[in-house]
Amino acid sequence: MGVQSQSTNSRLRDLAALASGAKLSRLQWSGIVAAVVFGLLLPLLVSDYRTFQFTLVLVYGIAVLGLNILTGFNGQFSLGHSAFYAIGAYTAAIMMDQWEFAYYWTLPAAGVICLVAGFLFGLPALRLEGLYLALATFALSIATPQFLKYDHLEKWTGGVQGVTIIKPDAPFGLQISQDNWLYYFTFVVMLLLFFCAWNLLRGRTGRALKAIRDNPIAARAMGINTALYKSLTFGVSALYTGVAGALGAIAIQFVAPDSFTFFLSVAILVGMVIGGIGSIPGSIFGGIVIVFIPNLAEKISQAAAWAAYGTLLILFMYFMPLGIWGFIRMGYARLTRRRKAT
Amino acid sequence: MSSILEVRDVSVNFGGIVALDGVSFDVPRGGILGLIGPNGAGKTTLFNCLSRLYVPSSGDILFDGKTILSTPAHRMAQIGVGRTFQNLALFHRLTVLDNVKVGAHCSSGTDFLSNALRMPWVRRDEARLEQKAWALLEYLDLTDVAHLPAAGLPFGTQKRVELARALAAEPKLLLLDEPAGGLNHEEVDELGRLFQKIRDDKQLTVLLVEHHMSLVMAISEQVVVLNFGRKIAEGTPAQVRADPEVVHAYLGTKH
Repeated sequence: MGVQSQSTNSRLRDLAALASGAKLSRLQWSGIVAAVVFGLLLPLLVSDYRTFQFTLVLVYGIAVLGLNILTGFNGQFSLGHSAFYAIGAYTAAIMMDQWEFAYYWTLPAAGVICLVAGFLFGLPALRLEGLYLALATFALSIATPQFLKYDHLEKWTGGVQGVTIIKPDAPFGLQISQDNWLYYFTFVVMLLLFFCAWNLLRGRTGRALKAIRDNPIAARAMGINTALYKSLTFGVSALYTGVAGALGAIAIQFVAPDSFTFFLSVAILVGMVIGGIGSIPGSIFGGIVIVFIPNLAEKISQAAAWAAYGTLLILFMYFMPLGIWGFIRMGYARLTRRRKAT
Repeated sequence: MSSILEVRDVSVNFGGIVALDGVSFDVPRGGILGLIGPNGAGKTTLFNCLSRLYVPSSGDILFDGKTILSTPAHRMAQIGVGRTFQNLALFHRLTVLDNVKVGAHCSSGTDFLSNALRMPWVRRDEARLEQKAWALLEYLDLTDVAHLPAAGLPFGTQKRVELARALAAEPKLLLLDEPAGGLNHEEVDELGRLFQKIRDDKQLTVLLVEHHMSLVMAISEQVVVLNFGRKIAEGTPAQVRADPEVVHAYLGTKH
């Protein structure tokens, strides 16, 4: 009896650790290993252009994860993430173009600058909730392209023309194409950032973020400094999106003000919702959505691509109300339940 | 130092409305004090002053002999004041276990960076929290629901989760805001016994705000009665029950 209750207790503990996302099951481990192996082999299976597209999937996946940390896990809205993406992209472009930094140095710089920018924006945004925060961040994203065109900054930003940067070669004399190298570089950065996000969200800080999302007053009564946590979360979210922006600039080799309009914010938001709100793996699906859904829409109808895009969004929401990742999880749960029943 | 909490002449005005009018009383250390009064008597206002959500217009509140009026709300847990909420305020998408772990948030100080990198001290801290939370779940008979999200649980279970969460911070003073609301007679009796057990086991002080008379009278050693923002009586349950003003203001209208 004693032994049995002890073993059920330890099973309960395992279940609890899984439910809170603090530990991974064998299935989840094998899923991650399979995904990483697939990710490593992908460039060998497709053309250079496709590889470039998948690099963008990873880039947008990181940006979506950034927004997810803020919205999905902390409950703060943002329509302003194109601004942080732009700051990251311009940081990379200016560092490489003006000061001839190597591309990899631009990532930590873009991260730190966006962390500070996000934190500072998060401070006054503390007074705003829900729709008002959405409006304030909207203001940020609508103003950004014009700031980038500003005359006195033209020396660095290149004004309307933007900045062209050189695509990096593979190092150590590796015999792979530039596109393949950039893909692998982005892939490693993505893994690193996702790993850190998982750590951040499964521990004490992550629980505090989610507690604030679920009930801010109770969170404060539990001793969480909600103001500090919310601003810091804004900073971390901006950091992720800014690093994504820097990687995107390096991959596309070009930045211009009109690549970072309000529409980019909406694209990241769409990626987050359809990928899966409040889900780390869902963010990668968000990247896929951002890159490939417009392509798909154009294939359906070139004349009415946006109508096709809109229709696809509605279909996604109708058939996958919890996003792609939620759909996969539900499907798996249903499958195992049926297997148990028979 | 026999009183853990001293409420000194506290008044609260909202615009022109006086919600509390010079209320004073002491909460003796290790006791259970019941704060009762009809609806609108000012119980919740006082409660919100104690958890630093409202600022009194005048007067002072001392905890452990020191004023709390300069302590921000998020520091109250750390100095030893825990609370539960009138209409349940669980983190509904978190598991029961995580809810309790959030309760112990103030017992450690790991930051964003060390969490993101999962430094050794974060691991150790997480292991400690894990153990502490499981001990509380066992204490309040919640291990079976540990991995379930708090939202779908029965009402009575959610109340116990809230209690476990409050205890995770190891408070010296536990503020309970109308804990009996929404429970049936049997459940209320059970809850009352549980409060007494917790008080004895954890050696803490309980301040119970409640309009459920039978619970307050059954477990409180001291009772303070508010009406229209003023204290109208104070004493043992028997004394208060016999007080003509209380009978008139409270029991008289009820029975």
